[in-house]
Amino acid sequence: MTDPIIRVEDIGKTFGSGMRFSLAKQADEVRAVDGCSFSINRGETLALVGESGCGKSTLGRLLLRLIDPTAGRVYFEKTELTNLPAGRMRDMRRHLQMIFQDPYGSLSPRRSIAQIIAEPLDVFGLVRSGRQRRERVADLMTQVGLSPTFMDRHPRQFSGGQRQRIGIARAIAVDPSFIVADEPVSALDVSVQAQIINLMQDLQRQKGFSFLFIAHDLAVVRHIADRVAVMYLGRIVEIGPKKQIYRMPQHPYTQALMSAAPEPDPERKGKRIILEGDVPSPKRVPPGCSFHTRCPIRQEICSIERPPLREVAAGQLAACHFAKPFPIPLAKARPAIPA
Amino acid sequence: MAVTTEHSQLPSPSLAPEPKALSRLAYSLFSRTSTIFAFAVVVIFVAVAVFAPLIAPYDPLAQSILRINKLPSTANWLGTDQFGRDVLSRMIYGSRNSLIFGLISPVLAAICGTVLGVVAGYFGGIVDRVISRVIDLLLAFPELLLAIMIAAVLGGGFWNVIAVITVAFVPGFARVARASTLAVKQEPYIEAAVAIGVSTPVIIFRHVIPNIAAPIVVLMTLWVASAIRLEASLSFLGIGTQPPNPSWGNIIRDGLNNLFGSPWPIIGAGFAITCVVLSFNLLGDVVRDVLDPEISE
Repeated sequence: MTDPIIRVEDIGKTFGSGMRFSLAKQADEVRAVDGCSFSINRGETLALVGESGCGKSTLGRLLLRLIDPTAGRVYFEKTELTNLPAGRMRDMRRHLQMIFQDPYGSLSPRRSIAQIIAEPLDVFGLVRSGRQRRERVADLMTQVGLSPTFMDRHPRQFSGGQRQRIGIARAIAVDPSFIVADEPVSALDVSVQAQIINLMQDLQRQKGFSFLFIAHDLAVVRHIADRVAVMYLGRIVEIGPKKQIYRMPQHPYTQALMSAAPEPDPERKGKRIILEGDVPSPKRVPPGCSFHTRCPIRQEICSIERPPLREVAAGQLAACHFAKPFPIPLAKARPAIPA
Repeated sequence: MAVTTEHSQLPSPSLAPEPKALSRLAYSLFSRTSTIFAFAVVVIFVAVAVFAPLIAPYDPLAQSILRINKLPSTANWLGTDQFGRDVLSRMIYGSRNSLIFGLISPVLAAICGTVLGVVAGYFGGIVDRVISRVIDLLLAFPELLLAIMIAAVLGGGFWNVIAVITVAFVPGFARVARASTLAVKQEPYIEAAVAIGVSTPVIIFRHVIPNIAAPIVVLMTLWVASAIRLEASLSFLGIGTQPPNPSWGNIIRDGLNNLFGSPWPIIGAGFAITCVVLSFNLLGDVVRDVLDPEISE
């Protein structure tokens, strides 16, 4: 628990308006990520959930410095990544890899599978001969459930699920200790999603890397995560162990999110919290608590003072002035055929 | 859980390795009649240019006042021009100049233009602005005017003429390369390469340039014709191939002045230029198809 591999301090990213000398500059800025702090432990899977446009993907890219932050710091083990020069940062990428959302776009169409999987090996000089390279690629392909006989083919000859396996093989090729997976299964068929999720879990168990798993599918997150962080408008509103977040959310947004998750059992109907209005534009984040415009339990203070993340239960933090446990009903054991 | 494999979903379960780019090129080249023809034409013209002294029946510079403006005959297959020079021999020797200018300049321009365009497109910001404005400046002038201006500064001579034609063509390549780079830069595989730890120059050469090669290659083949034409125009202005040395361009130009004396120089050289340009365009199409991973399957 107290062995963080990734530590994030108050990270923020504001995308500028592009107009350098405009007076309207302030108004056109988009605060994609605004002051997020958390850590990820060795071997742990932290799932990052939230609706489209809340800054999940931006946060994941900030961690790997695929985007440079405008505020805050990221530490990998003892190293601060946010101020490393480009060359040193490239060396660090051996430990930090990424699995992408789009299995079609994230593999270069001109390169063979062997070239794609071996690229990180070549970058870090981990193979000496062509023969060793092919052996390593064959080994990696087997590990992700692909036949090595296909290593000279090109990505276009593979299905979405197979391409995602190739992407995973590429990510684990250099034995990283931290992987960001940006919605790795949302572009896949439901039948293939489970295979890929299980594959990633198996690999994590074998190799012990940590995961930041970005997703919007709560069922997938429930399956893979150890801890869950919920984002709303660029801020983490609640973070904690999976069980607590799913069973006993304390932030009203998490509560609404959990109550809205599709329920496979038609007999079981929890009370669904319907939020009013739309998500405000990240160009105009409401003052105080950014959720106050839609919050069912808002008070006067919410529009004035921004609530900090504070511990509301063991290991569970929520950013709400009025955080309170909100039990989500558990599935009752039901007879398969009603009497 | 056992790792599930999806081999059964593969479109073709053949274990044969993927054919390499070169053999795919050869296959595409010889599977169509039109491209076999184009390839043959290019080979013949290059052979003629290389072996010109062995093939040409007469000295291309030898004049004869007694034999001016002859019609084609068994002695002079394409007749003679207003100085009594053998048109066929002049065309054979002229292919040397025309092909050299016609091929080297577009290739050089493609290399320089691609580098400039890719750098501008990939790095963006101030680099992009400086390069793009310079390119805009060059584009503002017609090719010929630009070529004349540069030639006026550099003077004549073989390499200067190559340089002049190259500079005139660079802006077009740079524009195409920059636009394509902007599109490719947005592709997730570029971000993936950054995430893996690939350095910027390697990303540019390994991931960007191969994916923008198709339009560049097509543009290159289209401009073989323009280069031959531009060389002719420069010769006309006294900068390119100097009379009495022949090039297809100045054979046409001289022939124009003597059109009613003998049309054969224009017909012959015009036909040669048409054949070469058409062949290169056809070959360019094949190369583009092979380079494009979406079409070549």
